[in-house]
Formats: sequence, C-alpha cells, structure tokens
Amino acid sequence: MELLEFARGPALALALALFVIGTVWRLAGIFRRPVKPDYSEPRSTAVAAGALKAIATRMWHPANFRSRTLVGTLNAYGYHLGLAVVFFGFVPHIAFVERLTGLRWPAVPDWLFALGVALTFVGLLYALMVRLSSPVLRLLSNFDDWASWAVTMAPMVTGMAVISLPIGASYPGAPANPVPVAMHLLSFELLLAWLPFSKLAHAFLAFVSRGQTGAAFARKGAEL
Amino acid sequence: MTGAEQSHPLDLESPRFSIEKPAARYDKQGERADAQRLAAASRAFARDFGRAAAAYMESCIHCGNCAEACHFYLATGDPKYTPIWKLEPFKQAYKREAGPFAWIYRVLNLKRAVTVAELEEWQELLYDSCTMCGRCTQICPMGIDIASLVGLARHAMFEAGLVPHELWAVAERAEREGSPLGATPKVLKERLEWLADDYEVDIPVDRPEAEVLATFSSIEIMKYPASLVATARVLNRSGYAWTVSTAGYEATNFGMLSGNLAWQRDMSMKLIEAAIACKAKLLVLPECGHAYTALRWQGANMLGRPLPFRVLHISEFLAEALAAGRIALRRLEKSVVFHDPCQVSRRGGATAAPREALAALGVELRETRDAGGRSFCCGGGGGVVTIHRADELRYGAFRIKMAQIDASGAELAVTSCSNCRQSFDDGRAHFGWERQMGSLLELVAEQLAD
Repeated sequence: MELLEFARGPALALALALFVIGTVWRLAGIFRRPVKPDYSEPRSTAVAAGALKAIATRMWHPANFRSRTLVGTLNAYGYHLGLAVVFFGFVPHIAFVERLTGLRWPAVPDWLFALGVALTFVGLLYALMVRLSSPVLRLLSNFDDWASWAVTMAPMVTGMAVISLPIGASYPGAPANPVPVAMHLLSFELLLAWLPFSKLAHAFLAFVSRGQTGAAFARKGAEL
Repeated sequence: MTGAEQSHPLDLESPRFSIEKPAARYDKQGERADAQRLAAASRAFARDFGRAAAAYMESCIHCGNCAEACHFYLATGDPKYTPIWKLEPFKQAYKREAGPFAWIYRVLNLKRAVTVAELEEWQELLYDSCTMCGRCTQICPMGIDIASLVGLARHAMFEAGLVPHELWAVAERAEREGSPLGATPKVLKERLEWLADDYEVDIPVDRPEAEVLATFSSIEIMKYPASLVATARVLNRSGYAWTVSTAGYEATNFGMLSGNLAWQRDMSMKLIEAAIACKAKLLVLPECGHAYTALRWQGANMLGRPLPFRVLHISEFLAEALAAGRIALRRLEKSVVFHDPCQVSRRGGATAAPREALAALGVELRETRDAGGRSFCCGGGGGVVTIHRADELRYGAFRIKMAQIDASGAELAVTSCSNCRQSFDDGRAHFGWERQMGSLLELVAEQLAD
C-alpha cells in the first residue's frame, strides 16, 4: 500500500474513530459525574440564559482585565481565525471534506487564504515564544502544552510543502508528488486523533465549563 | 495537632483578632502515616467531586490569565501564586485517579502519584495565598471557577490533617465553644446587656417567637460592638418582631474556611435550628462575607432541604427596608467609596443592595477603578487574616486595595464585612494609613431619620 493510499484510507478512518470516541468518552467522563441538588433559594431561575451568556461573553475579556490580556487574546483570535480560514476556505480542503461528507461551500479569496496562513504561523510562533518566556506559563506548561502546539503546527508546516499547487486547484486524485500530500494528510490526522485527549479539547470543553459557571452565577445573580 | 496539647490563646488586643502568633507552628494535625493522610485527602476530594468540578479540571488550557486577576500574584510577581497552579496536585490526582483517561495516565505513568510532601508544600498556596475571592473566575476564558475548586481542595487538606496552625485552632475553637474568638453564649449575653444599657437600645434575646432572627459575627461581638447596636437600632426601627438567639447567633463559619464539612454543617445548623425554633420568617446575616456564602448559598444544602425562612445579608435587609419605607434616612453630604466584600458581591450576587442603601443616604458614591463583581479583595478573606505567616503576603495584596481606595478620593470608606474591616484595620496599622474603613450598617444606623 502506497503512503498516500494509507493516509487516505486506514489512517483517516482510525483518526476519525479516535476523534469521535475520544470526544464522546471525555464528555461522558464529565457528564456521568453526579450533580448534587442545590436547595438554596435561587435569586434567578434563568440559568440556561446565564449559561449561554457566559459562553458568549467569555469570547472577550471584561474591560477591567483587558489591558493585561489584550495582546494574548488578540493573538489567540489571530491564529484561531487563521486556522479556520485555512481549513475551511482552501479549495483542496473543501474538496477533501466533500469527498468525506458530500458537503461543499465556496472557497475564500486567495488574499484571505494567504492572510490566514500568515496569521496562523505568526500567532502560533508568538504563542510559543510567550510560553517559553513567561515565568507563569513556563510553570504551568506540561507535555500536553508542547505536544498540542507541535501537533497544531505540523499540518501547517506540511501544508507548506504542497502549497506549490495553485491555490484554486481542486483536490488532486493522483498528485504528481504523492509523499508530501500524504505527510500533510497524516499530520492533519494526528491533530484529529490528538484533539480529544489533549488541551485542544477546549474546542468543545469551553462550552461545558463556561456554561456551568454561567448557570451557577446566574442562579446567584452574580456578575460574571 | 502534632505534639503537646495546644491552648491557642487568643489575641484580642491587636488590630487583627486571631490566636497569638504561635511560638512553634503545628501545621500538620494528628499522628498518621503518609499513606493514611493521602487516602483521607483522596476520599474527601472525591466525595464532593461533581460534574462542575470535573468540567473545570478538564478545561484548563494553561493560558495563565488567572494570574493577572490574583492580587497575590500581582503583588509579588511570583508565578507560584497563579490561581490554577494552587490546584496542581489536585489536578494531577484527578487526571491520574478519576479523569476520563485515568487508566491511560496510570498505565503509562504519565502523572505521578501525589505525595504528602507535595500537599504540605501546597498548604501555603491553598490557604495563605488564596482568599477564595474568585476574581480569577472573572478572567478565565474557559470560565473555570477556581475558587470553588480551592474549596474542594481545602476539604481534602483538612481530612489529611494539613491545615495551617492558626486556621485549624480557630476552627476547632469555633466548633468546641461556638465561636472562633471566644464569643460564647455567656459572653454574648453579657455584651448585649451592656450595650443595651449603655446605648439605651432594646435588644431582645431568646424570644420564643419572632419574625426576624438577627445573627452576628464574632468579630462584631468582640471588636466592633457598635455594629450590634446598629443592628438593633435598624431592626427596632423597621418594626419587625425580632430576636437574638443564644442558641444560634454566630454567623462566621470557620468549618467552611478550614475545609471541615462536618464542622461547617454543625455551625450552620445552629443558626438554622435557632431560626426554626423561634419560627422566624427571615434570618438576617451580619456584615460578614463568608457567612453569606455559608448560609445563604450553602445553608439549605447542609439541612438537605430548602430553608423554611429567607436569608438576607444585612445590606440586603437595609435595601429592602428602605424600599418598603420601613426605615428612612437623613441625607449625608459626603462622598463615599464602597469596598465590596467578595463573598457577598462577586460570589454572592448582592452587589446592588449596598449601593441602594448608599443612594438612600444621598451620598456621592465614588467607585474604585475595579468595583462590584470585579473589585479587589482586601487580602484577608478565606481565613488568610488569621494566619500570621501570611502577613507580609497579605500586606502586599492590601496595598493594591489601599491604592484604589485612595485614588477614589472619597471622604468616607465603608464596607459590609467585619472581616474586611479588620483586614483594613490591620493594614492601616501596618502602613500607617490615614484612612479608616467603616461599616455601612453603622453609617445607616447613624443616619436613621426619626
């Protein structure tokens, strides 16, 4: 079996399976935990609204803290949006998703794709620099932090190796040079498989923890 | 407590009331093998570990933003005071023993088992340098309520016998005598009789039936008796049939602060049973921050069913009484800055009530740069003010608050927590600060209109 064939076949299936099973397992590990009844008289019963509000408002820091967190927040937005543009807006990626799901959508303009790539590289490198230089982040960081950074960066790096394809070119069924394409696909599959087991799971856990706190604070009528 | 019997004499002369500075510290209670301590800690941590705590443990992205909200980190710049780091052994234990992928961590030994030595090292981070003020919750992009996790960790630390000397001693005294500062029923009764005579105010005690049960904090009883008089004046003027009960009057709850759930329940149940016994429809909590958390938000859970009476912080009672026209105030032509007690405001949701009372006074309210739910803690909450070895750290945190109060330029500074007040008194003495933190309740009582 050729490497590309492996990446498009069993490796992709395994990565998708790990992604789904890991996500379900991790969420089940939280939701199987008991919830003790709270008999205190609520100040407000709008707890669902409180949960949704916290999920939305935690997208941005309260004004009191902004001066201390603005750069980090903007950088995080930069590489998150960059990743989204690169993954969802590039023609070969859309074709890849279409092959799997049948869904397709219009690609982003070339300039926006290039901006997404730049924001992602600069943002991830800046994040790494801060993690290496900040005493707080050095103390907090563990294997998960370094591995998650590397696993996120890997598809970007391998993607650059196949970027010689025209941006508007469709997903190549039989690329002239299949090894870099296979490496790119395998690095993406590593990201997919790693995500639910690592801090990258904040992609879905953010909704759970923000929602929990938002509901609890809404019940008490406390500002969040 | 290891070694000889400790008497823990109280120090009621200093600006900060606690036990006297121990000549020798005993920060490890009982004689037990390390394995037993770890097992006890693990049991206690697991016992209260619900869905919310699991979600929080899973969600941290190690962004370090919580450090930027913590007064102890801001005061020192020491990364060990990063709030989420204060939970590191417990995060480690959770991942290894209880998380969704615990078996992977154990099989591959990806997380080491926590040791007693680590828990001893973390005692300072969980007690001396955390007031459980919850400011870190406000900044966390994942919305992790770190203060609630510190509360759970303290349960484990207590069960492991790893509580700071002073906090253990005052909690044990509170459980044994009914008050952490020696405000026993006899002392309370004598004080109330003296205050009633001296200030010519009616203070009903142990009425068999009453609409309202008034409670106090031991700091008020022993250090700020004028607050007791103010409570009586306001309640008398409001027209309620009210009483103090010598069976349940002490609202401070060092069971909660030290991490002993059984003692917390005992202390709360005294108040609950006293209110039920006199058929009270309303229990009024004193100017005390953590008393509000203990009874308003956790009291019913100690009882195991909804409380058959309402619970209001005194600032909420004032706001309600003013709105209902039960009391009226003379205007005060002053500018005032209000210090929000964290447990009442940020974590309790009663942020508007004191401002409504201040509005009724007609004062010019000058807020600090960070106010309401975002305000800085005084540095003494969570039992920190009792711990002598934490003094320098606490003063560093207090400096932030002091600067914000000064910057407000207000003529008067008031709060609605006696523990905050004594932290301010102690900080004032330490720094030679000119300002005095007053009581909102006392200010209102002074301005009661005829």
